[in-house]
Amino acid sequence: MSLAPHSQEVRHFHPRVRSALDNPQIRSNFRNAMDGLMSKRQNAFNGWDLESLRDLGAAVRLRALSRLPELLEQLEDNCSRQGIRVHWAETGEQACEIIRDICKARDARTVIKGKSMVSEEMELNHFLEAEGIEALESDLGEYIVQLAKETPSHIIMPAIHKNTAEISELMHDRTGTERSHDVAYLTAAARQQLREKFMKADVGISGVNFAVAQTGTLCLVENEGNGRLTTTVPPCHIAVTGIEKVVEHLEDVTPLLALLTRSATGQHVTTYVNMISGPRKADEFDGPEEVHLVLVDSGRSSIYQDQELMDTLRCIRCGACMNHCPVYTRVGGHAYGTTYPGPIGKILMPHLMGLENTQDLPSASTLCGACGEVCPVRIPIPKLLQRLRKESVDGDSLRPSVVRGHGVKRNWKERLAWNGFRWLFRNPRRYRLFGSLLTRFRWFTPSQVGPWTRYRTSPKPAAKTLHQMMNERTRGGAR
Amino acid sequence: MTDPIKLYPAKPEKVYFFATCLVDLFYPDAGMAGIQLLEREGIEVLFPQGQTCCGQPAFSSGFNDQARDVVIPQLELFPGDYPIVVPAGSCGGMMRKHYPELFAGTPWQDKAENLAARTWELTDFLLNVCHIRLEDQGEPVKVAMHTSCSARREMGVAEVGPRLLGQLGQVELVEQARPAECCGFGGTFAVRHPEISEAMVADKTEALVAAGAETVVATDCGCMMNIAGYAEKNRRPLKGQHIVSFLWERTCGHGGEGKA
Amino acid sequence: MTAARTAILQRLRAGRGNQPLSPPASDFSVVRDRDWTTAEKLERFETMITSVNGEVHRVAEDRWVDHLWALMAAKGLTNLLASPETSVGREAWTRQRESGPRLRAYDSPIDDWKPELFNNVDAALTGCRGAIAETGSLILWPTVQEPRLMSLVPPVHFVVLGADQIYATFYQALAEQGWADLGMPANALLISGPSKTADIEQTLAYGVHGPRELVVLILE
Repeated sequence: MSLAPHSQEVRHFHPRVRSALDNPQIRSNFRNAMDGLMSKRQNAFNGWDLESLRDLGAAVRLRALSRLPELLEQLEDNCSRQGIRVHWAETGEQACEIIRDICKARDARTVIKGKSMVSEEMELNHFLEAEGIEALESDLGEYIVQLAKETPSHIIMPAIHKNTAEISELMHDRTGTERSHDVAYLTAAARQQLREKFMKADVGISGVNFAVAQTGTLCLVENEGNGRLTTTVPPCHIAVTGIEKVVEHLEDVTPLLALLTRSATGQHVTTYVNMISGPRKADEFDGPEEVHLVLVDSGRSSIYQDQELMDTLRCIRCGACMNHCPVYTRVGGHAYGTTYPGPIGKILMPHLMGLENTQDLPSASTLCGACGEVCPVRIPIPKLLQRLRKESVDGDSLRPSVVRGHGVKRNWKERLAWNGFRWLFRNPRRYRLFGSLLTRFRWFTPSQVGPWTRYRTSPKPAAKTLHQMMNERTRGGAR
Repeated sequence: MTDPIKLYPAKPEKVYFFATCLVDLFYPDAGMAGIQLLEREGIEVLFPQGQTCCGQPAFSSGFNDQARDVVIPQLELFPGDYPIVVPAGSCGGMMRKHYPELFAGTPWQDKAENLAARTWELTDFLLNVCHIRLEDQGEPVKVAMHTSCSARREMGVAEVGPRLLGQLGQVELVEQARPAECCGFGGTFAVRHPEISEAMVADKTEALVAAGAETVVATDCGCMMNIAGYAEKNRRPLKGQHIVSFLWERTCGHGGEGKA
Repeated sequence: MTAARTAILQRLRAGRGNQPLSPPASDFSVVRDRDWTTAEKLERFETMITSVNGEVHRVAEDRWVDHLWALMAAKGLTNLLASPETSVGREAWTRQRESGPRLRAYDSPIDDWKPELFNNVDAALTGCRGAIAETGSLILWPTVQEPRLMSLVPPVHFVVLGADQIYATFYQALAEQGWADLGMPANALLISGPSKTADIEQTLAYGVHGPRELVVLILE
């Protein structure tokens, strides 16, 4: 897989973190937004047996993954029978080429887009623009981000890093919209700007939330109606999705939908749940004449090679993990430098881009577990972070590493440090000797210990270790 | 897939005490307070002198080989069928949740699973196994509680600390903003990503100060060292104390032990 | 791209190897079982859709058209897109008034009158296939008579719903209407309130791309 252009910068995690932390606007925009999203989610599950619902969500996703190749074939069969043309892409670049070819075959000049994180992942807009095809985002948040020539900072709320004043200024600069802090006014202005584009667009491109194998149905979940316009008004609709989004039965959608919208934004349901099972029929007056489905692998099938890592593919892209992540809340989405930020980004992006390009991500977590606790499909995110840390250093001779870029963080200094740790702690007598030396020379321990004491004081060793105290007390202890 | 419901054992005659290296070397008074609380409940406390560290620092850094080598000799330290009580959610979580993963498919699997099933976080054990009753003998004080993330999420003891403190008549437990949010310690995280860690501990400290607490009472010495160390360096009016030190001090009249 | 197809499927099958994956059983009771009476379902539907800015009017079955005309007059709407062939639309057509809104039908392909639909239609009237109490959602299967854009492009969308057409949950609606067995239409929709966004600083704004008002007439 070739690297997406922006991935060049992914390696420079720390400087981006520093600048995000130093930006009070970013800090307060994210803090406020995440506080709001957390409390909305909590309210939305009031009265629910949430743990049983999460069990069901996880079971449905696990069942789908357990039959993934069969379900993809079934989806393809049913879609094809109903007139949806199915394409397969091993890489993001291949998917871009497929989409370009569909556009070129129709002489398409303009494309209107509904929200799709997979298309962000494969940098479709840049690709199409280089081919002379205009690609315009229509989700309001994505539209704002596109006007700013940025990338989304959150998978559900792409422009969450900006406040109203910043958006007003941006819309004024780029579209001539009157400056205003009235959100309704700004929204109406964007509606007007985009309506023109909807009418003229040659192709609509959307993502997919769930693809139902049993009925050949593509489910799209949204509030604005731009997704419906994108998939209805232009004469051609291209849906693009990762191969993991398939579910077996139509009823499997019901728990996932209940979990997705409540986990994401605390809504009981989104305004629209749009289920597409075919193009416009001969006697119908609207809907696209052509519908295409592009199934993108782009590293997902390699995740599928490992039963533990496979849990990553359960994700339904609700964003609850980032909303509840204390790290994400502090640094915001752009600091990660990856399409998917936050906890899910940390466990997914290393597979899509290789650990060599994402080496700082797995360690950028306190393993506090807030993400795993809210994940609607029970992805054990902390466990997977730990696994990727192990993969980064090749730290387990019993179970050798398999992830792309494994061992990238191997270095003699750290290995030496942990070998030292082992040397000291595996031998109780040596450890007790160390303890007694530490207590004896407690006033000589350094007051500056690297990054720790940049922000904190360093604790002093005790006058006696508990080992010593217990030894004195019991004259020999329990053993 | 839901975590299995905890089945508390009947109150035993004896327990093993696993102090953790941080308590052993830096906060032994907290360990001693825990031991004394258990003894006051009529339990004989066994302290294996062979104990060192639970292995978590290496494990969470991805060095599983080193972690296993540290743990293996210690798997032999608890031969009797007694609970193993740990004054830290973090090390307790390592033993209860992660030893079975770390040793899965190895010759030590059975031993690791047996040990894991017997591991209890100390406050949880005091409240739910010993059914401890506390008589407050101290002066009125305002404290806030910080339950570590592993105590909260891996050991499932979020309610325990506040309930124990609730037994103390003169102790006012103040409410902080975002009590469930991580303090930013995260072991090696604090060193690998010091800026993010600082941003987190700064927010945590300010939330505790704003709540009007004089002391933050913590389940884990790691969090306490982080928060109290930040407060001290930045001259914020907040002390830290391990919860068992605090409980022992309040109910015995001994002062000042185990403070950070 | 059959090469890609073969390669992807091969990798997936190889990955699974000889170890069959055994997922836990799916127990749907948590999204299925609700013992709500018809009245409770009606009430719940109304509460939920109102909470997302949907407008609900309970009207007697023989009075709804008059009510519609009154609502349109109050909202200053001068024309209405309605099908002369559906039972709901036909009633509006047959009872239209000289002084009332002008009716028009969606009787030619969108490609022929896109600007007209986008710019000059004030409101649309459709029926629905029922509703979901739990989430306050209307179920629409657009048809030849009531195409997809009727519920999307005009600024106001009126929907007629029978009080006895409300299912407790989405699961029940799927099961009782037998969606999977019927075969899915080209487009099926759940609509829960007017179009909205919170993309600017989490502040709610309505009517961003779709209708800014959704009015449900519940026939009792």
